[in-house]
Parts: sequence; structure tokens; C-alpha cells
Amino acid sequence: MAVSVLIPTPMRKQTNEQDTVEVNPGTIATMVKELAAQYPGIEKRLVDDQGELRRFINFYVNEEDIRFLEGKETPLNDGDTVSIVPAIAGGC
Amino acid sequence: MPKVLGMRCRECGEEYPMNPIHVCELCFGPLEVLLDWELLEGKLTREKIEKGPKSMWRYWDLLPVEGPPTVGRNVGFTPLVKAERLGREFGLKNVYVKNDAVNHPTLSFKDRVVALALTKAREFGYETVACASTGNLANSVAAHAAEGGFHSYIFIPDNLEQGKVIGTLVYGANVLAVSGNYDEVNRLCAEAGDKYGWGFVNINLRPYYGDGSKTFGYEIAEQLGWKAPDHIVTPCAGGSLISKTYKGLNELNRLGLLENGGTEGIPTKMYAAQAKGCSPITTAIKEKYEIFRPQKPNTIAKSIAIGNPADGHIAIETVRKSGGWAEDVTDEEVVEGIRLLGRTEGIFTETAGGVTTAVFKKLAEQGHFGENETVVISITGNGLKTIEAVAGKLGSTVHIQPNLASLAEALQTEKLLATV
Repeated sequence: MAVSVLIPTPMRKQTNEQDTVEVNPGTIATMVKELAAQYPGIEKRLVDDQGELRRFINFYVNEEDIRFLEGKETPLNDGDTVSIVPAIAGGC
Repeated sequence: MPKVLGMRCRECGEEYPMNPIHVCELCFGPLEVLLDWELLEGKLTREKIEKGPKSMWRYWDLLPVEGPPTVGRNVGFTPLVKAERLGREFGLKNVYVKNDAVNHPTLSFKDRVVALALTKAREFGYETVACASTGNLANSVAAHAAEGGFHSYIFIPDNLEQGKVIGTLVYGANVLAVSGNYDEVNRLCAEAGDKYGWGFVNINLRPYYGDGSKTFGYEIAEQLGWKAPDHIVTPCAGGSLISKTYKGLNELNRLGLLENGGTEGIPTKMYAAQAKGCSPITTAIKEKYEIFRPQKPNTIAKSIAIGNPADGHIAIETVRKSGGWAEDVTDEEVVEGIRLLGRTEGIFTETAGGVTTAVFKKLAEQGHFGENETVVISITGNGLKTIEAVAGKLGSTVHIQPNLASLAEALQTEKLLATV
């Protein structure tokens, strides 16, 4: 078992068009590092120059926004699913 | 000659051609349409606009479509009502209500964004359109899809008001009620987005959809005699309308069409209004946070209950840059706001309008508005869609028999005299 990461369309060029990739258990921070090692170019899309997660991307672990969990330090266990979703407009 | 050059990321500046994409592939920032200002400057005049149709399409030159509108030809140009009685309650002489509660055809400002998005969807060749919605967008996409002969899939949270559900089903749309709040509906739609090749109004058509809101700002200025107002109070959900209204006013200034514009910019201060039960934007402004913190919504103002606002950063930036402010109100104040607008101006707005009116009241009491300054209250939706929110809170009818004695008796009661 591993952690599944759902890759949004604008990022699939970096993952050779794969919509789901797998990483080892750890945290959101270790997931970013692991993705960066596997898929060159993806790190710049996930984090800014200061190394912070980009503000227009939402990360969800098992459907819960990580800002309601432990942010970058949110733990990822075997079988968890991470969704990476761009922010979406609505309401007014 | 095409008047649109392409799109540019608001966050990092990367440019893209006109395609159905909505976020920057580099940083996920929102994309904005780039108009060809060289083509427009000096050529678009007040006279040309004034000769146009009495709809949002009089500003066609400033909208990102190539051909004429193919749906929603009658949307917009809603009344800007001088609110004398409402203003007087707060000692203000120039209060106006921009009344999109009577927008054609689905009674909310969403008709503006949808008319533009579906006209663009047709230009892109889509046959099926979809949206995630808190209600008003659902109504509008379903109606315009029917008008234009599109198939439509509408995703809503499963706790929406009856009026908004029925006001979507009537147009023959496929309505999917998702267990969860709007933010969860949104996440699902983002994940489903490209899988089905649909034109998702608030996802892959978002840059075009967003620009429909600029017409709200254009109209306010034109209806004030080509003047930007001193203050605009606007409800915030995803945070798009407030920044697009401001953008619209600035574009008119850039074209030299405003009486009170100039190189210094426009005088307008923008004010964000939210319900306390869902206030990520107003909280960030009031607490001077650099970035907003998402919230789990809990308010009767469902149409603006978005805890994770996509354009929240831009809304906050707009308020700060313009020198405005923000306030939020309790659900009780929302109902009071609806009643206030109803009893002073004869306008029945939905809960979002109750938020806006109640926030206007709060800001007025805090002294933000000068006696003679122009204040515009943005009323974005119609009260008949959310009657549950006020049912039982507006007093009750007085039952009488069909004879004069019964009427006379009823008129004697304190209750009736009190309402005169």
C-alpha cells in the first residue's frame, strides 16, 4: 500500500499524463519532495520561491483541506488519498 | 480585428492564448483576459456605448467574445435606484441600490456571467455546459442552457433552498445534489472537470465568466452619469464580483470615459460584505492578515457560503488598494437587512442582499460615508428565492371577516397601527 496522489489536469504534463501517482507515507512536505524527485519540474508548481505551498492550490487528505489539519505537516498514511485541486470561483 | 490578445496569470504574469483553461500551468494562479487596449483607446466612446442595446451587451467591445451574443441577449442594464428613504435613516443623501434582483431572466447578477460564459462556450464548440453552484448560478446556467439548446449538468450542495432547486429543474437541467457544502461540490467538479469534456462555467470557462461581472461596474458608472461612486458595498463569496466591479470602473477610466477619473485613478472605495458564519475575506481584512484562512460555512446566507474563496486574495487586495473596508453580520442582522431594504425601498432581496444591506448599515454607523458622498449597495439576488430564511420572521397576516365591522375592529388593534 502507498499514498495515492490525484494530479489535476494542469499538472499532468509533468507526470507524463498520469492522473494518479503514488508516494510513500510521510507528510505533505515529504510528498512534495518525493514528487519533485520523481517528476522534474513539479516542485515549482507546488511551492513558491520561499518553499511555501502555493496559495492558489488546495491540498486535501481524504477529502479534508489540509488547512483544517496540520498544513504541510499533515501526516500521510498507507491508503490515504491526496487531492491537489486548483482554487475554483463561485458565488459572488 | 480581434480585440482580445489572450490571457495572463494574475499571480506570475505568464501569458496564454484564448483557450478553455482557467488556471496558470506554472503557479495555478487565476487567468485574466487581456484586452487589446491599443485597439480600444480613443475609439470606444460614451456615445457608442449609449447607442447600444439596453443590456450588458452595450459593452460588447470590452467583453472577451468574438461574435455577437448567442444567449442572454437581454441580460443586464438593471435599475440603479436612488435609495432616498434608506439613505435618510443614516443621514446620507446619495445612496443607490444597483438592483440585480430583477436581472433577466433568473433574477440575480449571475445572468451576466452566464450570458458571457455560454456565448463563449458556443464559440469554443461546447455542446454541454456544467457548473458548481450555491444556487443562483445553477438557475442561470440551466436557463441559458435551455435558451441556447445546450445539455446541462448542475452540481449543487444538497441543502439548498427549495426555490433555487425548483428554479433549476424547471429548465430541464440534470441536477446533481451533492452531500456536502459548496467547497466540497467544487472539489468534486474540479476532479470531474476535464473527464467529461464539458464547458464548466466556473472552472474551464472561468476567465470569461468572471469578466461578465465587469458589466456590473460599467453600468453603475454610466447610470451615475459616467461617474465612479465614492463607495461600493459588495457581497463576497468566491470574491470575484468585488474585484471585477472595480476592474470595470478602472477600465472606463483608462478609456477616459469617466467625469471624475484621471491619471490619479478612480475615487471609489470598495467594501466587502460577508456573513459572520462564513467570513474568511472580511476577517482577513479586519484582522490585517496577509492571507485568508478558510472556514467551514455556517450561515443562512447560503448563496455566499464559500469557506475557501478562489478569488479571496484578489478581493482582499482590491479592498486594501481602494482604501475601503469590510464588515460581517450575524444571521439575525441578515434578516434585519432584508427587512430594512424591503420597508425603506420596496426591494425584496435574498439573504446575500440582506448581508450587504446590513453591512451597509454597520459601515454607515461606523462613519465610513460622508453625508453627500455617493454610496452604491450591490444587490445581487432576489428574495423570492430564499423565502425560508425570512418565513415566520416578518410578522403575520391579520385575519378578518369580509365586512366593515371586522375591518374596523382590526384597525383598532395596536398591531395594525404599529405597522403604519
